[in-house]
Amino acid sequence: MATLDRSDALFRYLLRLGDTALVLGHRLSEWCGHGPVLEEDIALANVALDLTGQANELLTYAAEVEGRGRDADALAFLRDGFDFRNLLLAEQPNGDFGRTMVRQLLFDAHDLELQAALQGSTDSRLAAIAGKAVKEAAYHFKHSADWVIRLGDGTDESHARVAAALDALWPYTGEMFQSDDAHAALQAAGIAPDLQALRLRWRARIDAVLAEATLAAPAEGWMQAGGIAGRHSEHLGHLLATMQFLQRAYPGARW
Amino acid sequence: MSAAAALADEGAPDLPDLDAVRAVLDGVMDPEVPVLSIVDLGIVRDVRAEDGVVVVTLTPTYTGCPATAAIRLDVARALDAAGFARHRVETVLAPAWTTDWMTDAGRERLRAYGIAPPEAGGGRAALLGQASPPACPRCGCARTEEISRFGSTACKALWRCLDCREPFDRFKCI
Repeated sequence: MATLDRSDALFRYLLRLGDTALVLGHRLSEWCGHGPVLEEDIALANVALDLTGQANELLTYAAEVEGRGRDADALAFLRDGFDFRNLLLAEQPNGDFGRTMVRQLLFDAHDLELQAALQGSTDSRLAAIAGKAVKEAAYHFKHSADWVIRLGDGTDESHARVAAALDALWPYTGEMFQSDDAHAALQAAGIAPDLQALRLRWRARIDAVLAEATLAAPAEGWMQAGGIAGRHSEHLGHLLATMQFLQRAYPGARW
Repeated sequence: MSAAAALADEGAPDLPDLDAVRAVLDGVMDPEVPVLSIVDLGIVRDVRAEDGVVVVTLTPTYTGCPATAAIRLDVARALDAAGFARHRVETVLAPAWTTDWMTDAGRERLRAYGIAPPEAGGGRAALLGQASPPACPRCGCARTEEISRFGSTACKALWRCLDCREPFDRFKCI
């Protein structure tokens, strides 16, 4: 990969971060009007808003780095699924509330450590975005951890549901710590963090929450991969069909 | 450009009065908490003049706060109305906004409005859920409990007073 220059690598990495925030933000927004209680409906919409805001910053930056006249909206609404670089975890369907909270916990623990590490990035723009995102991620993590503990250490029914969700979603966690040539190039430049160190800190957070939730971490096994290379599960296409509908049907429509 | 702005432009060309600009900003309210000015909120990071252009630097509270765009527009409108013909609003992300930047006057206005203000210097402990409970902004009682960590806007959480039983908003500490 001698042809991968710094701006190509940075563009791809910003899409990885920005698309993940955008897709997960959209997923959470699907709860709006469907939350189990009003407070959680509002909470999930708030988390979705934070993630969508982060996506806006990251994709705005990505568009500038790319330098082809696109903006954040063009990247969000006018790309096809195979051009998205989000983690597969982000696009997995919501399922029930417990499953959404397990997905969120697995993501939030990673996001909190990732943003904390990115605050020290040699890329000052990325560090500035992370400086805001890390506070939001800490708040999100506390929320999802509280719910996984409450549901795991709750009734037989709630325990069984979140335990099943944990088993189903665990294979999507490997990708959070997967490097590629773009990441390796940026890590060497001090822009992106060491993913193996990140994984250990993520695992410590997850283990602490699972212990309190009386849940067992699934055994290490085969991990799903492909999202950061543009190979997605069938779910992303359906999500984009909804999210991008307006701009596809009415190109250039403005609010 | 408004007529008033055009007139002002002729009269005072190159050295905008920055104290007057700050006074204008004092009157621009947070659209989601209309008793709090953007100066009280601590999001005005810089006011300067560049070649006769007034440059106001804002920082967003939350990355996705939908009020950010409205505030930029309100600042531009207020400066227009006050006769500052040439101005620009810039946004910076770093250093990240913290509720520690809220003014004491702002905290008091929030309390009077029925919103428990963020504790001064309480940022990190509160973020991790370790802060002490706020006093009820209605009856002053110290016995309160959290209903939800999230509320009607990105910057607020939902609490309830155990004494007067009224629910209230609490400004999140970040």
